[in-house]
Amino acid sequence: MSDLRAAVAAGALGSEEAYRELLQSIVEVARAIFGARASSVFLFDEESDELVFEAVAGEGAGDLIGQRFPSSTGIAGWVLVTRQPLVVEELDKDPRFAREAAESTGFVPKGLMAVPLLHEDNSLGVLEVLDRPQKAAFSLAEMELLGLFANEAAIALDLLLKARAARAVLEGEDGDADALARFAAKLDEAEPEQREAALQLLAAVQKLF
Amino acid sequence: MSQEPADLPAWSLPAGAGERISIGVDWPEQVTRDWAFGGSTGKGVRVCILDSGIESGHPRVGEVDGSVAFHRLEDGEFEVQEDGEGDLCGHGTACAGIVRQLAPECSLFSARVLGAGFKGSGPVLLAGLRWAVEQGFDVINMSLSTTKRQFAELLHELADRAYFNNTVLVASAHNMPVESYPWRFSSVISVGSHEEPDPMTFFYNPSPPVEFFARGVGVEIAWLGGGTILSTGNSFATPHMSGICALVLSKHPELTPFQLKNVLYLTANNVGGGT
Repeated sequence: MSDLRAAVAAGALGSEEAYRELLQSIVEVARAIFGARASSVFLFDEESDELVFEAVAGEGAGDLIGQRFPSSTGIAGWVLVTRQPLVVEELDKDPRFAREAAESTGFVPKGLMAVPLLHEDNSLGVLEVLDRPQKAAFSLAEMELLGLFANEAAIALDLLLKARAARAVLEGEDGDADALARFAAKLDEAEPEQREAALQLLAAVQKLF
Repeated sequence: MSQEPADLPAWSLPAGAGERISIGVDWPEQVTRDWAFGGSTGKGVRVCILDSGIESGHPRVGEVDGSVAFHRLEDGEFEVQEDGEGDLCGHGTACAGIVRQLAPECSLFSARVLGAGFKGSGPVLLAGLRWAVEQGFDVINMSLSTTKRQFAELLHELADRAYFNNTVLVASAHNMPVESYPWRFSSVISVGSHEEPDPMTFFYNPSPPVEFFARGVGVEIAWLGGGTILSTGNSFATPHMSGICALVLSKHPELTPFQLKNVLYLTANNVGGGT
């Protein structure tokens, strides 16, 4: 990709990578604040009706990104469909859950907090914090703190989704944005004379608007 | 043939006709918990759990008197069908178990609007609520909400219809600063969580929109496969309030949702219910 095309892409689309880093930073901070073993953000893929690991901090980080599971099962599924935050403890006592968790993520949490990622009127996914230290009984103050992280994560996820949608348009064969980007790429490669002529043409086109 | 006043809407009241709308509740001088639900088991009260289904035969739930699910037709409408799926996700079973714990002799019904293929979508939620309101259940437990504004108006209409048809809609509030429905409507009983361990402790909130707080922290809930697990969330505070409504309505079936809300207010722990 030429520099100019990259610049157009970056300007027009925002940086998907930067939003991904923001999301990653949110799960890192959530994990650190709660002193938890892991924290993850799941994106709800409406088309396939699945939840996808989008960011993971702590246990499972690196391996789980991109893994999918049906949206209507598991605690994350409860939270997604009911739009209600939940905390579940003593999960390791349930053999079925333990087996399923071990198979999908490689470790069995004792407990987890899960909160829906709501942005405007969409339910974009779920934020989970796994195995916070059980020093004291769970409190509603923790739930509220988790809600604050969820707001942040929902905004980051929304930006990430918009950046992806814009990239999809840009990478499409026939889109307007793609035509512009291809023009930008050609301009970048052009000889000075051609470039000058093209810029004059652009200036003339600009007068039309 | 003249009908009982309670059966027909009264649009106006002629002079001297006050007796025609006499209230069928023998109100005591002081509404106490003993008057409101002392000795009640919830018998005779029909509670509908609008959720993910109910696992039949779960020891925490016992008998379920009916289960339906909603099948989407090609024209986008929904058809009601008998539901033999039970509960594939567990949330509805957990809610049903809490209602059963508080009101052991109430009748439980399941209307499945969550689960595989539904994505918690607004249309099926509306179809389920419309069906439940038309059935005239005494209590509908909704431990869920939608954030879709396009459904808010229809939900509002259904919530008001329920209110005037003597169906109490008990709905989970959000503990996050988001707009969601139907808990924000004044015609429903909206429920948030408190941290007390007693299932019969509930508080009236003088700073709405959340109107009541019920037990929602560290609750032992029914878990799929017959077991239990500890959980926290407004999802589980709500069926506590539904159970308490069932107890009151079992003892005082003539109460309207307006009157029931007053009884709940008067018997709340921070009002007069500590006694």
